[in-house]
Amino acid sequence: MRWYRALRGLSGAAHRALPLRQAVLHRCGFSTSAAARKDFFQDLESQFKAFREKAAAAMPGSDWSPIQVTKGLPPERADIVIVGGGVMGWSVAYWLKKKEKVRDGVRVLVVEKDPTYSQASSVLSCGGIRQQFSLKENILLSLASADFLKNINDHLGVVNEDPVDLQFNHSGYLFLASPDVAPIMEENYTIQRDLGAKVILLSPTQLKDRFPWINTDGIALASYGLENEGWFDPWTLLNAFRCKAMSMGVYQCFGEVTGFRCSSQKAETTDGDFVNIKRIKYVDVRMPNSLEYQPVECAVVVNAAGASSGKIADMLGIGHGPKQTMAGIPLPVEPRKRFVYVVHCPDGPGLECPFLIDYSGFYLRREGLGGNYITGMSPEETEEPDVSNLDVDHDFFHDKVWPLLCHRLPPFECLKVSGAWAGYYDYNTFDQNAIVGTHPLVNNMFFVTGFSGHGLQQSPAVGRAVVELILDGGFQTIDLSAFDFKRILYHEPILERNIV
Amino acid sequence: MAAPVLCQMRRRCPVVAYLSVVRREYASSPPSPPSLFSRFLFQLNQHFHDVEHLINWSSWLRNRVVRRKNVFYGYTQKRFGVNVAAAYYILGLGGGFRFAGHSDWFRPDSRGKFSYDFLNTPNSTIEEIDLSRTLINHAGLENIVSQNELRSLSLQGCPEVDDWFLARLHVFGESLQWLDLSHCPHITVGGLAALQHLRKLRRLDVSSLPRLQNPGLVRILLEEMLPHCEVIGADYEQGLILTDNVEEAEPVRHK
Repeated sequence: MRWYRALRGLSGAAHRALPLRQAVLHRCGFSTSAAARKDFFQDLESQFKAFREKAAAAMPGSDWSPIQVTKGLPPERADIVIVGGGVMGWSVAYWLKKKEKVRDGVRVLVVEKDPTYSQASSVLSCGGIRQQFSLKENILLSLASADFLKNINDHLGVVNEDPVDLQFNHSGYLFLASPDVAPIMEENYTIQRDLGAKVILLSPTQLKDRFPWINTDGIALASYGLENEGWFDPWTLLNAFRCKAMSMGVYQCFGEVTGFRCSSQKAETTDGDFVNIKRIKYVDVRMPNSLEYQPVECAVVVNAAGASSGKIADMLGIGHGPKQTMAGIPLPVEPRKRFVYVVHCPDGPGLECPFLIDYSGFYLRREGLGGNYITGMSPEETEEPDVSNLDVDHDFFHDKVWPLLCHRLPPFECLKVSGAWAGYYDYNTFDQNAIVGTHPLVNNMFFVTGFSGHGLQQSPAVGRAVVELILDGGFQTIDLSAFDFKRILYHEPILERNIV
Repeated sequence: MAAPVLCQMRRRCPVVAYLSVVRREYASSPPSPPSLFSRFLFQLNQHFHDVEHLINWSSWLRNRVVRRKNVFYGYTQKRFGVNVAAAYYILGLGGGFRFAGHSDWFRPDSRGKFSYDFLNTPNSTIEEIDLSRTLINHAGLENIVSQNELRSLSLQGCPEVDDWFLARLHVFGESLQWLDLSHCPHITVGGLAALQHLRKLRRLDVSSLPRLQNPGLVRILLEEMLPHCEVIGADYEQGLILTDNVEEAEPVRHK
């Protein structure tokens, strides 16, 4: 077909050239004037040029095709489809390629619905990393991630690209505790020190000495991270993961997952009940702004869709079964909207400003060197804002955040809100911790979701853990079996004993 | 296919290493456009696996020197104690040190050879370390964190010292008085913020840090953060744009 078109181009050139030659001969008789000959050869040249262009378009390797093909379609087959191209999805993609035994051993496809990442939780977060958790798994994940970020250019450096500059700001988290929660903080501190996190406890006097701008009324104890804590630019990390993964051969596709095609088989439980066990065969990926979709045949699906991962699980019928059965329990992850306010405070703390988290719930960190700060807090469970859009509620800052802020930090009585944005949390309503692993009724979907706000900081380590689960069949470095889906089926929450 | 390309590459290997070194330089000066040969090489890199492997090997070999120099001296620590291990590490890197209570400095000679006299005093701790223009990085720092009486540390012109290194310096928080960070190409303001844990610091040199965008402002902020410390090496006006008419809305006051 291509060659036919090229040939037609050639014959067209010949046909058009011939009458011209006759016309020239006719007009000039036998005298071949220099001007006419030049005209003829000029024309011939342009005809040849057109022919060469057509021939190049028909050559193998060009994107021209006789059949109209939509650009950006995903491949028809992939071994592993990752739903969600946020930092978690790309981290899983990177580790899959890193850990594959032979080159191009696994064919990985990452499907992201929003090419601009305008609503992605990764990019709209505050970008903090801390080790001050109470669960062993969370602390270890965070330590491993800090180690990854420390050597990020060994991991994510791409040949012929600039080195990755995360703009990491090494300022620790400062947690403030009231007398009621001080014992919990002490227990957490012991666990963190045992696992190797560099944290110190500060009495109110020491706190006043280090940070004279904090009002220590009502504070019994504070814990402060010395190392491996701080904040960085989330977009840089996401992009570094993406560039590295794509340089290693991961396929990227912008489209939305609209459904799954599964095979199912009946299985009998030990109690004698029959359950339907599903296996995903195809993932339907719909192209943006069109109704066209492409089924992608795959072996494993990774659900890293963050705030919309509940919707993805719903497509598989998780939670549709009768109540009180395994099939009747949905994935407890839903989007929650959180506001982040940028305030300008000329008298605020300088370079020593930590990532402050007060027991009343608000947080504050420095942004740049010009006296700008980022602040916000989680609303009450009963006052959750509407999640249909990302509009900012400015009254929330005036009524809820500011009074607490200027009680704790008197310099912030005088400030100006210079910007604000909102982002989604992939909020796990069950126990606010990650869900990592498979669902018992869908045996080839791996969940990597529900991080409830600390997904970005744990993404490098969680990506590695999930890949170990997929490729090696079990956790090798950090044991995350506590984060399995089973805890939701058994109603055994593992709660973070946090002070906020 | 592989063999001829491999032979060709082996002859050009030093150039590859040189090119990759150029790529690693941080953007302190505007990067020069890659040469014709390097562009050709990266074109090959996209199509041939053996070229890709060679480029990876060359970068691995280059980093191997830094890694070997900064390996953790666990055996020496077990056998001779932490002080001897720290001293051995410093001399192996090409730096110098002074024990507490002594006046003479231990340094390797121009050929990198040094005497092992420090083995005779396993209990004396190190008070001053001069590691200027050595390859120390955050991994190698683990060898000297045991020196809790360290008073002076010079890291002038160390190409591998970065923000993570500065974040680890909090271990010397109760002793360090003098710190020289001048001419370190990777230090940014994000790492300087971690120096707040050095409460005893009296003198800090931050001159010629190419990745600081406005050194004058950073100096002011550092002086605020460490009130007892003298910050040298940056003028207040450096990197600041001075304007006369600054109009800004009044901040609102909370009632």
